Amino acid sequence: MKKYLKNYIWVILFVIFSIGSYFIGFKPGLVIYSNFNEFFLEMISFIPFLFIIIGLFDVWVPKEALEKHIGKESGVKGIFLVILLAMLQAGPLYGAFPVAYILCKKGASVRNIFIYLGAFSSMKLPMLGIEIGYLGIKFTVLRTLIALPLFILVGYMMEKIVGSNFKVEEVKT
Amino acid sequence: MVFSNTFIFGLLTGVSLLLSFVLDREKTFLGLKKGGRMLFNILHPFLNILILISIMLFFIPEPLIVRYLGANSGWYGFGIAAFIGSITLIPGFISYPLAATLLQQGATYAVVAVFMTTMMMVGVVTLPLEIKYFGKKAAILRNFLNLIAAIIIGIFMGWLM
Repeated sequence: MKKYLKNYIWVILFVIFSIGSYFIGFKPGLVIYSNFNEFFLEMISFIPFLFIIIGLFDVWVPKEALEKHIGKESGVKGIFLVILLAMLQAGPLYGAFPVAYILCKKGASVRNIFIYLGAFSSMKLPMLGIEIGYLGIKFTVLRTLIALPLFILVGYMMEKIVGSNFKVEEVKT
Repeated sequence: MVFSNTFIFGLLTGVSLLLSFVLDREKTFLGLKKGGRMLFNILHPFLNILILISIMLFFIPEPLIVRYLGANSGWYGFGIAAFIGSITLIPGFISYPLAATLLQQGATYAVVAVFMTTMMMVGVVTLPLEIKYFGKKAAILRNFLNLIAAIIIGIFMGWLM
């Protein structure tokens, strides 16, 4: 209960501020509320749908099976799988660092680990869904298509510079 | 705009749900539960960012955004976008409402693409954490290469959109 209160403290304060603004006729407060209202409607009009799709994806696509095929000799297929694996995740990039460690331990190549990070940061399916909703399909598809070869290139460059014996450290949290 | 989103995503969700339900009822419920939990987890950061944008929109006048991030801002706009985007590592979903607002207020696609990409891939604040996993050399190098990638993405987006 206390945790929820902490998480939603700004929302609660904002609701109080908006109600207060309404009663005393505080103009800036009303403008800010009407901005918020517009943003909120926009979000609620498609985000819940998106998360149903993400949940279904999560139960239907076997991530563990994918992880087995991204080793040192995996070649193009490995790159493809590692990108697919990254696309099925959710969350901010720092959430991918522990996954990078696990991939490394399971024998993924240095190149694939960094391609994973690249794909994770900007090609996750949940994110692409939201991107389409907010910025349109053209922007999303173009950005993804331009980013993809760049990530693969960054992966190759990283492997070249840090060497193929590079290891990701385990960090206890 | 709002309704076309609802329609497309609603349709897609309906079809997937139906298909999944026909194939496996249990899995479908599990998926719904997982999706619901994930939605709940992003709800408060999402609402917070919407509140923040609503307030910012009130205080920052449109001409200011056009001047610094608009069509005539050139490399200067790129620089501002890359700098602000690089400081923190913010999950993409939170930054999209902000990006959409910037576009509406007159920022260019190129600048917004740089902003989004650096926000997602380059993180100075999270660099210490990253160094713990990858070591100094690899972590700094990854951030640096991704910063360059972000600028290239921005240039192409500005050219193609």
